[in-house]
Amino acid sequence: MTALAIETYGLRKRFGEKLAVADLSLTLKRGEVFGFLGPNGAGKTTSLKMLLGLIEPTAGSGTLLGRPIGDRVTRGRVGFLPEHFRFQDWLTGRELLRFHGKLYGLRGRALDGRADQLLARVDLLDAADRPIKGYSKGMTQRIGLAQALLNEPDIVFLDEPTSGLDPLGRLLVRDLIRELRDGGTSVFLNSHLLGEVEATCDRVVFVKQGRVVHELDMAVRTHGLEVELRVEGAPERLLAEHGMLLGHADGVVRLRVPDDEALPRLAEALVRSGAKLYGMTAHRKSLEETFLTVMGEDQRPG
Amino acid sequence: MRALLTIAHLTLHEAARRRILTATLIGAVAFLVLYGIGFHFVARNIQQQAGPSALQQRFLLNFLTLAGLYATHFLTLMTAVLLPVDTLSGEIASGVAQTLASKPVRRSDIVLGKWLAFCTVTVAYFVVVAGGVLLLARLLGHFTPPGLAQGLPLMAFEAVVFVSLSLAGGARLSTVTNGIMAFGLYGLAFIGGWVEQVGTMAGNVAAQNVGTVASLIMPTEALWQRAAYYMQPSIMRDLNMTPFSAGSLPSPAMVWYAIGYALLALAWGIRGFRKRAL
Repeated sequence: MTALAIETYGLRKRFGEKLAVADLSLTLKRGEVFGFLGPNGAGKTTSLKMLLGLIEPTAGSGTLLGRPIGDRVTRGRVGFLPEHFRFQDWLTGRELLRFHGKLYGLRGRALDGRADQLLARVDLLDAADRPIKGYSKGMTQRIGLAQALLNEPDIVFLDEPTSGLDPLGRLLVRDLIRELRDGGTSVFLNSHLLGEVEATCDRVVFVKQGRVVHELDMAVRTHGLEVELRVEGAPERLLAEHGMLLGHADGVVRLRVPDDEALPRLAEALVRSGAKLYGMTAHRKSLEETFLTVMGEDQRPG
Repeated sequence: MRALLTIAHLTLHEAARRRILTATLIGAVAFLVLYGIGFHFVARNIQQQAGPSALQQRFLLNFLTLAGLYATHFLTLMTAVLLPVDTLSGEIASGVAQTLASKPVRRSDIVLGKWLAFCTVTVAYFVVVAGGVLLLARLLGHFTPPGLAQGLPLMAFEAVVFVSLSLAGGARLSTVTNGIMAFGLYGLAFIGGWVEQVGTMAGNVAAQNVGTVASLIMPTEALWQRAAYYMQPSIMRDLNMTPFSAGSLPSPAMVWYAIGYALLALAWGIRGFRKRAL
């Protein structure tokens, strides 16, 4: 068994004149929760559909769970929640799970048991026997999530899973993603909600025009902390020893330091040097800031 | 195969749940009631009049029954076009197709499962309506046309041809375009068939050729003509006495052509759906 859940080389998709994905090369380790970020129109959904075999790439190649992408048998170990997804809405929630379970090859008691278990997990047991067309947007999204987990997949693709969900629904998705990771399942998460990604992902990549432009390991964020000091008489040399000076104006110094441990050291050094320290605040650079920096100023809302 | 049957089952379930079957059945019953009333009065008229000979009575009853079967042919083809016309294009547009095709299922199984289900519904519809027409003729006119064993399967097969075409079109065209294409082909076959009949009666070779070309483009009308040929007493056929007497009987090769036509349409649909970006 290969250690990689996904590996692609130069995937490209062209729809007529329009180049949707230019050159997508990425890897996803097994058991990893992977965030796929980019502005609207960056080719995120097209990339995901190529990995699932829903769209044939114009060029390039890749593997999913060690088999060439598009392989039918591999899809039996994959779960998928599409964006704006629509199901056979004349079915009840339970019927939908049974039907999709059959397509995964599940039968009889095993299928019924799994369906009940998932209905309980996504909190839809009481609505299980009502037609889906009467469900709210959040309920539809949750039954879709249950559908994506029927086969106890090795990898789950979630395309905007929290769109349309209220805060409780989002929390449920977040918990589910953690459970999946704890169970060794890889998760490929396509989301605009950066807070969501920040809370759940192990690693994120940023895509722009169908290319990976930046990669970020969420566990080892290399960007460090930004510190704001209200200080008087601090020698520049001393500040520079502790981090990278970002700005200095009106008694406020902005500095980037490598980690939390740098903070007490910096405070101590400042006090010893005789400088007057009035205040000190530190914050981690948010994913949103990184996103805006990576995507550049030229990006317009998609 | 399991996946194919699951898809077929779901399609039948959908037809039942969305009241498609009920609506179709109500339409069939309404037609049969109207037909029965008409048949009743005409048959009574025929039997009460002293004039017509036994042969003439038989001729009129056969004409009435064939007229009923012709209407059945039309209704069945409409059903065969309308039932599957949006199943693929609609599911592609709504995104339902994505959730199906991302499962470990061959795309061809999705198409074939739907095909099996729609063929079953349309042929069942045909059996109900044609059975009703024949039952009414038997009860009200004490008449049963000859050659049913040859004629009815041909008529049922017409439905299979149109189900294949309408389903296949949905893999490549939008619902509206697909509907226009299917009805256009039906209309072409219809007009072509009648031009051929008139041409044969008038001895006009050009008109007959128009009919032949139309049958090649859409062979269902030729299947009907051959079915109607079987379901008439030979004397009526020979005398060209009714509009249903095929002046030029389509050859048996036409049946094989229609089988090939349906298979090709289905293959065209499967190929289209396999290549389609979902």
